[in-house]
Amino acid sequence: MNAAAPIYGLVLAGGASRRMHTDKAALQYDGQSQLQRAFTLLSKLCEKTFISVRKDQTGDAARAAFPQIVDIHEDIGPLAGIHAAQTQHPHAAWLIMACDLPFVDEGTLRYLSAQRDPSRAATAFRSTHDDLPEPLCAIWEPLSAAAVRNWIANNQKCPRKFLINADVTLLTQPQANALDNVNTPDEHLQALRAMNKNPIKLHVQYFALFREQAGKRNESMETVATSPALLYAELKQRYGFRLEMNQLKVAINNEFSDWHASLQTNDHVAFIPPVAGG
Amino acid sequence: MKPFSFSAIAIDCASLQNELRDMRAGGFASFEGWVRNHNEGHDVIKLEYEAFEALGIKEGERIVTEAINKFGVLRAACVHRVGELQIGDVAVWVGVSAVHRGEAFDACRYIIDAVKHRVPIWKKEHYVNGDSGWVNCEHCAAAGDALEQEHAHHHHR
Repeated sequence: MNAAAPIYGLVLAGGASRRMHTDKAALQYDGQSQLQRAFTLLSKLCEKTFISVRKDQTGDAARAAFPQIVDIHEDIGPLAGIHAAQTQHPHAAWLIMACDLPFVDEGTLRYLSAQRDPSRAATAFRSTHDDLPEPLCAIWEPLSAAAVRNWIANNQKCPRKFLINADVTLLTQPQANALDNVNTPDEHLQALRAMNKNPIKLHVQYFALFREQAGKRNESMETVATSPALLYAELKQRYGFRLEMNQLKVAINNEFSDWHASLQTNDHVAFIPPVAGG
Repeated sequence: MKPFSFSAIAIDCASLQNELRDMRAGGFASFEGWVRNHNEGHDVIKLEYEAFEALGIKEGERIVTEAINKFGVLRAACVHRVGELQIGDVAVWVGVSAVHRGEAFDACRYIIDAVKHRVPIWKKEHYVNGDSGWVNCEHCAAAGDALEQEHAHHHHR
């Protein structure tokens, strides 16, 4: 029998992130982008590691510095990344990991590769939520490549459905919810809380509708929110604010700011509802 | 005079206009925003303006400076009320002095339009029927709820 194929790593970071209102790949944990974090993690276990990108993303700032594999198919989601990787390096097995899995650590991935069965199409974890295979933190063997190609040729897109129908080794996650992903500012905030981040102290000002709904003009608070986007998700929950982030502007220290600026202790933050001067 | 300021007391348009006098000016244009007794089908009895003054002054000054540079006028200024206003009160005043009338009108229009869109000021209307509401916010909040419900459908992949 031949030796098992070498494992290459592929970070999936092509998603549009509509609900996060930002490029997911650039979300920060510990001052590091998720993309960087995932890439570093895979690099520890894999012979070579790449990031998966769409054609239009090859030059963007968050991605340009990494070795890339460019999608061949458009608009079919994560399976395009897996297919492109298998096409470019057909001899390799691919450890695929979505960049939005902040709870996946080195232990999780070492367990996955230790349990790997190269004679099957893939080795994957069972979802904690529904026991179905989790395709985006899994090892895809070279022998799955032909079937992936056919799957796409038949206009199928869903990598999970693919694994449900394939010969796959399914593992129980060594740590419950290790594969929970982060799609919204709320989930990002929960992830930061679960990681026991040190809180920072902020001063928040409330105006107009927010002042009335919060019942105060200002407050000082401790939070693990590292950006205005995360802070708003927290306050929205606390006070039942109904305005959505994309209807607002935000100011840090009395100047307009980006929603994903990094907040520092003692910053003054104000959320600006739709204005109506004149 | 300051290019942009907030006032908690009635705006004195005549004395503001005097401060923009300039021997080189061939004309002066101004705009006054007044509190009217109705809005979007509701009878209004009074208004409340609230501002984020620290940021509002900076943004207002940027707008006035932009207008002066863009249209080449001599002087320009804007004052916006905060607090409670009655029907007929002046809510905002813009004045521009310039060599010729064309740029005076243009700069005046630019300033009032930009102030309405960019300066963090909020207006609460009080209606005859006892209701009240923050203009542009309450509708948005309702739209926000609809958006939220739509998102809930695809929360987890």
